[in-house]
Amino acid sequence: MQMQDLPYNLPDAGGHFGPYGGVFVAETLMPALAELREAYAAAQADPAFRAEYEYDLKHYVGRPSPIYHAKRWSGLLGGAQIFLKREDLNHTGAHKINNCIGQALLARRMGKPRVIAETGAGQHGVATATVAARYGMECVVYMGSEDIRRQAANVYRMKLLGAKVVPVESGSKTLKDALNEAMRDWVTNIGNTFYIIGTVAGPHPYPMMVRDFQAVIGEECKTQMPELVGRQPDAVIACVGGGSNAMGIFYPYIPLADVKLIGVEAAGHGLDSGKHAASLTAGRSGVLHGNRTYLLQDENGQVIETHSISAGLGFGSRRIRHDHR
Amino acid sequence: MSRIPTTFAALAAQGRKALIPFITAGDPDPDLTLPLMRALVAGGADIIELGVPFSDPMADGPTIQRASERALAHGMSLRRVLALVSEFRKENATTPVVLMGYANPVEAYGVDVFAMDAKKAGVDGVLVVDYPPEECAGFSATMKQAGIDPIFLLAPTSTEKRYAEVAQIGSGYIYYVSLKGVTGSGNLDLDEVARRIPLIREKVGMPVGVGFGIRDGAAAARIAAVADAVVIGSRIIEEIESAPAGEAPARVQRFLSGVRAAMDAATDKQGAIA
Repeated sequence: MQMQDLPYNLPDAGGHFGPYGGVFVAETLMPALAELREAYAAAQADPAFRAEYEYDLKHYVGRPSPIYHAKRWSGLLGGAQIFLKREDLNHTGAHKINNCIGQALLARRMGKPRVIAETGAGQHGVATATVAARYGMECVVYMGSEDIRRQAANVYRMKLLGAKVVPVESGSKTLKDALNEAMRDWVTNIGNTFYIIGTVAGPHPYPMMVRDFQAVIGEECKTQMPELVGRQPDAVIACVGGGSNAMGIFYPYIPLADVKLIGVEAAGHGLDSGKHAASLTAGRSGVLHGNRTYLLQDENGQVIETHSISAGLGFGSRRIRHDHR
Repeated sequence: MSRIPTTFAALAAQGRKALIPFITAGDPDPDLTLPLMRALVAGGADIIELGVPFSDPMADGPTIQRASERALAHGMSLRRVLALVSEFRKENATTPVVLMGYANPVEAYGVDVFAMDAKKAGVDGVLVVDYPPEECAGFSATMKQAGIDPIFLLAPTSTEKRYAEVAQIGSGYIYYVSLKGVTGSGNLDLDEVARRIPLIREKVGMPVGVGFGIRDGAAAARIAAVADAVVIGSRIIEEIESAPAGEAPARVQRFLSGVRAAMDAATDKQGAIA
């Protein structure tokens, strides 16, 4: 994926990133999304909100996360010098918490005492359960029963943090079905519930919010690389499942036309096998989970289950900021 | 023009309200869809809403979701749904058929081709649950041009500004979802419905059907007293689900006849008072 040397000011007012994004939900959810858009705009304009978010990132998450020069690995691979942005060193062990803190603070601002989330491998569920415990909120996490079976340790952690983990038995019993189920909960309990979406998915303003709350990854990196090695990297490489970590590190680099941004999707058993999770590489444009994006789908427009050796890299739709480069 | 306006006009002339049952095409088995559609008509349906199954029915509750999964397991697709409507039209030229489903199968089919094929098959209206007015101006125009009514939802949470947007882009009738939540859930607030319907009818200038949460003749009768149409979905799917093999059409017809009788009794009484 090559950079565009253009000012980047997406999405538009309707949440569109070119032909992607938007708000594709039933009428019952439209007012809730309007309320969320207004609340988020007000929060963004409030320095106190930003200050609290940054305070918790520093003192609770442990940011900034370091960058680390993987010298032996660089030597073994024999070419590029490889640096790792250590999001694994955050509290809860992943980048997911950056976004959860932002959305939970927004939920509190909106007076919602209950948060819900979907999770695949369990990282977003653990992060949501953690911030819910931190802010004293009720927490319900939807997780495919197949994923619950594969990720027992994370399920245990969520329960330990006081969250209720609801097994989802519908469809393929994985992440996309958990997201459907969380949406159903939200539309039913809209008065007291905030839905914390974990990736750059869902109807506007979610992809934009998740991007903004994850952008701290790339912003830190942009400062840290010159400090450590006196220059920006030639390329930034990120794995793409739902896309939140990739978007978090890519987004601040978009204006730097000299830095290549490379997203890597899970090829599973190979792109020709039909068993993979490479929806940007091998999918088609479609509508799912409230936005227009790239989907793995059959010829009748039914969404196909993804396949990856990692439970966190299988997501049937690929996120819109990636779609629109 | 579709069959929907003439159907509502005829009902209005008789002082009756429309009964609109919903089934998912291909549930429990594609071979049963035509017998079920016949049973709906025999049971008193004025319009049939035919669900197009989708792998990720986000706005539906567990009952219709299960129906979708059963239909997909039998290989049901939008193409096959249209073929079923064509078959139905060979024996029934008057009962409007409205397809209800999600955007992705329609987009995968291709909107322009879909409009043509749906019209040819005898489809009268299309309700795409995840196409709110702001995302589907082009789609609605294409449907109208083909003589198919694009039907939209309004919810208890919808604003009056929303009524105006839907009035502009939609046609046929308005589907007012009478509760917050997904299809098939409880908590139907009849007083709220009674307050909202006259206002919506005035603002959108179309008949207003009410659905989500209507489970028996008594509720249908109370809705019929204030709305132009009663939509029943999940409760019918439950009849289909629980029926022994082959008995689903008879069960559905019996259930719907009961609802029809309750609705007609209510509107007759209302007519007598008026």
